[in-house]
Amino acid sequence: MDDVAKEAKAFFIIGSNTTEQHPVFGTTIRRAVKYRGAKLVVADPRKIDITEIATLHLRQRPGTDIALLNGLMYIILEKGWENKSFIDERTENFDEFKATVMDYPPEKVSQITNVPVDQLYEAAEIIASNNPTAVLWAMGITQHIVGVRNVMDLANLQMLLGNMGKAGGGVNPLRGQNNVQGACDMGGLPNVFPAYQPVTSPDVIEKFAKAWGLRTKDEFILHPSSFILSDKIGLTVTEMMPGILEGKIKSLYILGEDPVMSDPDTKHIRHCLESIDFLLLQEIFPSETAAYADVLLPGISFAEKTGTFTNTERRVQMVRKAIPRQGDARDDWWITAEIAKRVLFHLSSFEENEKKEERRKIDESAPWAKWDYKDTSAIMDEINALTPSYGGITHARLEAGERLQWPCPTTDHPGTPILHTKQFTRGKGKFMPIDHVPPAEKPDDDFPMVMSTGRVLYHWHGGQMTRRAQGLMQVYGESLVEVNPDDAVKLGLNGKSKVRITSRRGSIEAQAWVTDRVPPGMVYANFHFPESSANELTHASLDPVAKIPEYKITAVKVELV
Amino acid sequence: MAVNIKINGQPIQAEAGKTVLQVAKEHDVHIPTLCYHKDLNPTGNCRMCIVEVKGGRFLQAACVTPIWEGMEIETSSEKVMKDRKLTLELMLANHPVDCMTCDVAGECELQDLAYEYQAKVPAWGAKGTRYKVDSDPNPFIRVDMNKCILCRRCESACAEIQGRNVWGVAKRGFEEVIVAGAGVPMLEARCESCGQCVAYCPTGALSNKMNYGMGRAHQVTKVTTTCSYCGVGCQFDLLVKNNKVIGVASNPNAPVNGMALCVKGRYGYDYIHHPDRVVKPRVRRYLLEERGKTKEDGGWDWIDVEWDVALNIVAKKFMEIRGNFGADSIGLLTSAKCLNEENYLMNKLARQVIGTNNIDHCARL
Repeated sequence: MDDVAKEAKAFFIIGSNTTEQHPVFGTTIRRAVKYRGAKLVVADPRKIDITEIATLHLRQRPGTDIALLNGLMYIILEKGWENKSFIDERTENFDEFKATVMDYPPEKVSQITNVPVDQLYEAAEIIASNNPTAVLWAMGITQHIVGVRNVMDLANLQMLLGNMGKAGGGVNPLRGQNNVQGACDMGGLPNVFPAYQPVTSPDVIEKFAKAWGLRTKDEFILHPSSFILSDKIGLTVTEMMPGILEGKIKSLYILGEDPVMSDPDTKHIRHCLESIDFLLLQEIFPSETAAYADVLLPGISFAEKTGTFTNTERRVQMVRKAIPRQGDARDDWWITAEIAKRVLFHLSSFEENEKKEERRKIDESAPWAKWDYKDTSAIMDEINALTPSYGGITHARLEAGERLQWPCPTTDHPGTPILHTKQFTRGKGKFMPIDHVPPAEKPDDDFPMVMSTGRVLYHWHGGQMTRRAQGLMQVYGESLVEVNPDDAVKLGLNGKSKVRITSRRGSIEAQAWVTDRVPPGMVYANFHFPESSANELTHASLDPVAKIPEYKITAVKVELV
Repeated sequence: MAVNIKINGQPIQAEAGKTVLQVAKEHDVHIPTLCYHKDLNPTGNCRMCIVEVKGGRFLQAACVTPIWEGMEIETSSEKVMKDRKLTLELMLANHPVDCMTCDVAGECELQDLAYEYQAKVPAWGAKGTRYKVDSDPNPFIRVDMNKCILCRRCESACAEIQGRNVWGVAKRGFEEVIVAGAGVPMLEARCESCGQCVAYCPTGALSNKMNYGMGRAHQVTKVTTTCSYCGVGCQFDLLVKNNKVIGVASNPNAPVNGMALCVKGRYGYDYIHHPDRVVKPRVRRYLLEERGKTKEDGGWDWIDVEWDVALNIVAKKFMEIRGNFGADSIGLLTSAKCLNEENYLMNKLARQVIGTNNIDHCARL
C-alpha cells in the first residue's frame, strides 16, 4: 500500500468506496492526489466521497464493468499506448485477447455503459499516459456473477500497460475484513490447505497426512469413520446454506460469522438455518444468527487475545492481549482445540467399542498430529512447518519489531512487499479474452429500479460490533437508503422520508437519504441493521467460479410508506 | 551539497536545505517545539523553537529556518531562554489553569514546557473563560478552545493527513480562534471523526469525549495491537485501566498507518465491554434433556452450562452426525475476524478430525 500511495502516478479505482471502507488507505490516496499531483480516475455508478477529488469520474451503469474496461483497452490499442515490450516478454495469448477487445469500440461501449465517448478517451489517456497507474478495487468488482471475469479484465488492463510487478502499479484488491487475507492463507477455503496448497494434489495430501498422523487412502480400505484427508473439493458458504435444505449439510460450526446479516436473501438463509440438525455458533455477541444456534460458545474479542492478523498487503502483524477474558469466555483457539480433542477421543473410543482395527486412529507420533497447544505461538510453529509462505514468520520475529509480508519462507528471509516483479506465478502472464455479460437480475415493470448494497463509514458489516458502539450509533443510528432527487420527486418524497423497498424476495422499510450520490433509477442500501437489512432483498445468483453472490445488482421497487 | 555551520560553538557539516531544527535534532541538540510536529509541514507560529543566529536582527524559528554556509547558532543563550519563557507566559496568560482536573495533564506539551521553563501564569493574565467548554456536539471529540494555543496542528493534521480541511482559523489578533468550517459544528463541516486532530493537539483543546475523566496518561497501560475492523491493518495502542479498555491512542511507529486512524478504529472500541457479551456457554434445553431437537416445552430455552458440558455435547453431536451422514455432512465457517492461528486450527479440525473440505468464510460476502 505504501508503494502505491507514494509512487503511483495515477490511480484507477473501480468498485471501491476507498475513503469509507478502507478509510486510512483512502486518505493516503487523497494525499497523493491533493499534494503529490497524482491523477485519479474513479469508475463507480455512485458519486462516492472520493470522486470529489477525482480527475475524472465515470458513472457506468451497474454491471457493465467489462464493457467499460474493454472499451478503455480498445482505445489504448487504437492509440498505440500499450507496453509492447512487456507484452512480448512477460505475457502470452495477446492476439486472441485483442480480437475480443476489438469488439468494443467506444460508441458501442458508451451505449452499454452510459459513459460518454469523450470521457472514455480521457480516462484511457490518463490511465495509459501515467506510468505506473495502480488499479484498486474491492467488492464493487467482485460481487457480480462476472466477478472473476471483472478481475481478469483488470489484470488484462495492467498487463497491457506493463504495470504489473512494479512499485506504484499492479492490481490491488482491497480486502474487506481485518483478517480475510489470513483466513484464506490459513486454509479457510474449501479447495486448498494453508498457503493455497490444493486439496486435490496427491503430494499435498501426503504431506498433510504425514504431518497430522493420518493414513492416505491407498494404505487401507475406506471406512466411514476412519481418519482420512478428503481430496474432494468442499462446499463454499454460498453452497453450504442451500446444501442444508438439500440434505447435504446436517451441521455447521460457525466461528464469528453472522450469515443471517451478511448472506444474500435473508429469508432463505433463515429457512436454511431453521432446518439444520445441529448449529454450533462461537461468538462474542448473541448475533441474529444465534437465534438458530443449538449451542452458543463465548469466544473473545481482539483486545483479549494474542496472535496475528494478515492485512490486505499480506503483512502479518501481532495482535496483543490487553485485558483479561470477559466472564467465562475462552480463547477461540482453545475452544476449537477442545472440540477437536473431544471429537478425537469420542471417535477413538467409538472405534474401540466397535472393535475396529487400531490403524484407523490418528498416529500421535506424527509431528503435528496433536492438539495440545500451549498458546498461539505454538500454533504458529505448526503453521511455519506446513505453510511455505509463512515458513519464516514467527511471533518472536514480529515481537522483535520485524515487519514481514509473505511470502517469507525462512526465518532469515526479509519478506516480500511486491509480488511478480520478475515473473508471474505461472511464468508468463496470460491475457484472457473477456466478454460483457449482463447481470443476473434485470429491472422490469414490477421492479423497475436497481439496488446496490454495501457498507457505510460508521458501521461494520452485519453491525454486531458497531451497533454496540455508542458514539458510532450517535452519528449513524439507523439505516439510510440513498435515493436520487429525481426519483424522490417521482415518488413524492417531499417532506416524507420513509420508503419501502421490495424485491422479488422480500421487503424492507427505511429512511430515505435524498442525494445525488446515486444516479436516477438506482438506490443504495446497507446491511448493518437487522430491521432494515438490504440482504432481505438480495439474491443468491453466484459467480460460477468464485461462488460470490451478485450483491451489487438487485431489481427493486421503491414506494412511499 | 554540504554546508558548514556552528551550533553552540560546535562545528557541524550538514546537508543544504535542512532546517536548523532538523540539524540540531540529528546532533542531539535539544530545541523545544510546540507547533512543530515531524509529520506535518512546519508553520513557525508558536515561537518556542526560536534560536539566536549570529548577525541576525531577530530570533529565528528553528523549524522553518534553513541553514546556510557559515551560520552560527545559539540554541540556549540567555536571550533565547528569556524569550521562550515570555512566550510561554503569554500562552498561559490566556489558558485556563485547571491542570488539576484536565484530562491531558501528564501528556500536555504546554504543561511540560511550562515546567521545563518554570513559566507561571503572569499576574496580569488569566482572562477567564472565553469560549464554551465542550462546545461541539461531535460524540467523539471534546472541544475546549479555551485551552487552544493556536498552534494549528489540528488544521494541518486535518488537511495534510486526512485531506479533509475541516479546521481553519477565524478572526485576527486576540480574537483569533480555530473553527470547523465557517464556524459550524464539526460534523456539519464534513468531519469524518477520525480524531487525527486530537492525536496531534499538544494541549487539552481537543481531547477524547468517550473517556473524558476516565484516566490520564500515567494511569493507563498501553498495549500495541492491530485493528479489528478493515483489511488495511492499522496498529494502535489500547489504553487499559483496571482491566478495561478505556480508549485508543495513535502509535507513531505503526507500520501501515503511522498516527492516522479512522473513526471505527479510534472510537469504535466500546463494544468490547458491552453488556451483551456472551460470557458463559449456552445450550438449548432439549440438549440437556436428551430429547430430540424441539422448540416445544421450553426445549429451545437457553441454559447456561459449564464448559465441559457444552464441549461434550458438541463433540458428541459432531461424532454422531459424522457417523450417520459422513464427514461431508458437516460444514465449518471460519472467521475473517479471528486470528491466523485460530483459522489454521479450524482448517485442521475440518480436515484432520472431521475429514471434510467443507470450510469457508465470509470472503465472498
